[in-house]
Amino acid sequence: MFMSNGAYRAMSFAVALSAATTTALAWSAEQPNLGVELSPAEIAEMNLTVLPDGTGLPPGSGSAAQGQTIYAVQCAACHGVEGQGNLNDRLSGGHGSLSSGAPVKTIGSYWPYATTVFDYVRRAMPYASPGSLSPDQLYAVTAYLLFLNGIVDRDQTLNETNLNHIQMPNRNNFVWAAGVSAD
Amino acid sequence: MKETSAVPVAGNGLLGRRYFLKTSASAAIGVSAALLSARASAAQRETWMRVPGSGMSEAGAPSRFETQLKRTAIGAQPGTVGSGASRTPLEHLDGIITPSRLHFERHHNGIPDIDPAQHKLVVHGLVDRPLAFDLESLHRYSQVSRIQFLECSGNSGALIAPQPLKANCSTLHGLISGSEWGGVPLAALLEEAGVQSKARWIVAEGADAAAMARSVPLHKVMDDAIIALYQNGEPLRPANGYPMRLFLPGWEGNASVKWLRSIHVTDQPAMTKDETSKYSDLRDDGIAEQFTFPMGVKSVITSPSPGLKLNEHGIYQVSGLAWSGVGVIRRVEVSADGGVSWADAALDEHVLPKSLTRFRCAWHYRGAPATLLSRATDQAGNVQPTRTALMQGRAPGSIYHCNAIAAWQIDANGEAHHVYV
Repeated sequence: MFMSNGAYRAMSFAVALSAATTTALAWSAEQPNLGVELSPAEIAEMNLTVLPDGTGLPPGSGSAAQGQTIYAVQCAACHGVEGQGNLNDRLSGGHGSLSSGAPVKTIGSYWPYATTVFDYVRRAMPYASPGSLSPDQLYAVTAYLLFLNGIVDRDQTLNETNLNHIQMPNRNNFVWAAGVSAD
Repeated sequence: MKETSAVPVAGNGLLGRRYFLKTSASAAIGVSAALLSARASAAQRETWMRVPGSGMSEAGAPSRFETQLKRTAIGAQPGTVGSGASRTPLEHLDGIITPSRLHFERHHNGIPDIDPAQHKLVVHGLVDRPLAFDLESLHRYSQVSRIQFLECSGNSGALIAPQPLKANCSTLHGLISGSEWGGVPLAALLEEAGVQSKARWIVAEGADAAAMARSVPLHKVMDDAIIALYQNGEPLRPANGYPMRLFLPGWEGNASVKWLRSIHVTDQPAMTKDETSKYSDLRDDGIAEQFTFPMGVKSVITSPSPGLKLNEHGIYQVSGLAWSGVGVIRRVEVSADGGVSWADAALDEHVLPKSLTRFRCAWHYRGAPATLLSRATDQAGNVQPTRTALMQGRAPGSIYHCNAIAAWQIDANGEAHHVYV
């Protein structure tokens, strides 16, 4: 069969494209579909994600006054009695230091979201027994860390509906890398 | 020893990539002291030729003489055993594959002792059907294999120190390793679960004691993310995420979450501790950049390097590794005069995307002090920056994504030292 050069090129291109597509999608051709569907209750039981808008926060509440004792027992050995740092990261102070030439990154000076404090403490702390604090204790420790940084009052109660409304001082000083967008 | 007649292609005796192709190394080197010694011993029957050797074994180990084949610069945060890092002994390895037992480590609360029979990967969030997969099921999915690097975002961060640290190659640059990673494309599992139209991110979470979590844009996940089950042909080792880990080719290592237990599909990032307070890049104007995922184009000379003394004058190969998070390495140049002149290095034949690439360049060391540098260029035309350029606009202590050109000074005794140029 005779083909014009143009038609031949078009056909080669189509063949090349389909070969590339076949390679890229080779894995999706036949999959065994072995995922076992989970119920909402099963997901709720294992899910640890907390989003900055508060989604995922468990019911509970606590204040800095309540958190001070928990912090003294569970956290102060590594982070200092007032969050000034000891064996491990400093958690308080450093406000306004980020562009000073000697930046001190703490929850108060650097962290953009209060939800991150709750999320991280729940995931990973106390270091020797992660997962051991109740939701009320987690809100209380979170409140105490924010209190040490002058962000909440000593008696302010934090819970699953108001934690995401706490404005962190450095909230507006984060930008996303080029190529990463919300859409 | 006999001097070479080879003509340098760049300053301070660099012979370039063509030297090895053209010339038989032994002819050029002549009769060195090492060769004389080798000839003397060859005349005898060595002791190990006079007795039967040892028997077979269930798993091999390096020669007892290779005492340096160990992870180095192992450091844990005070008061912890398992929050820290260990480094690949780059200066004692060649090729582009890191033996699994020497792959660098970075853990946030130790290595979990996971029973694969009890471990599940849950895919949930903005999906039509939340699903759980066990290891046995995942083995029945189509798997892919990739020879690619994994680099900790903090690798080479010591180069931001005002004065060069007295340290060797692995201590400075050893948070990089290369492996064959095998596993199931995450896109296949997400398609089975049915990703909803609002979905933009995933939150990947590990089953370690820190429940380490990172948010990853969905487009990357659908492009080339895998649930890795195999490393260098064997099931993942516990230190590298057994029984399964996320693997994100070319992106900062922290996001390739080990011991993966959950993929939560969301419309926004979770802003976890590790993507806000830690793996963000503070500028000197007080602004911090987040989600700087791809690892920049980079190279490092692994030999010669501190601790590998040049015992005599003569021809050596300057050898090292180059890599880029955006694709393949196009070019590596080497300088022996601190960057005044450059010669193209030869690239070993495995030049793969988002993979380690081995380069080599012949060099005639005549005993004069020399400063060795390497500079990589990737397929997008990105050129490895100088340290001065990299430091521009960075806040003090901002150690992540440090891909600056690194330098070794070779002194008149043949010792290598870490220096800045």
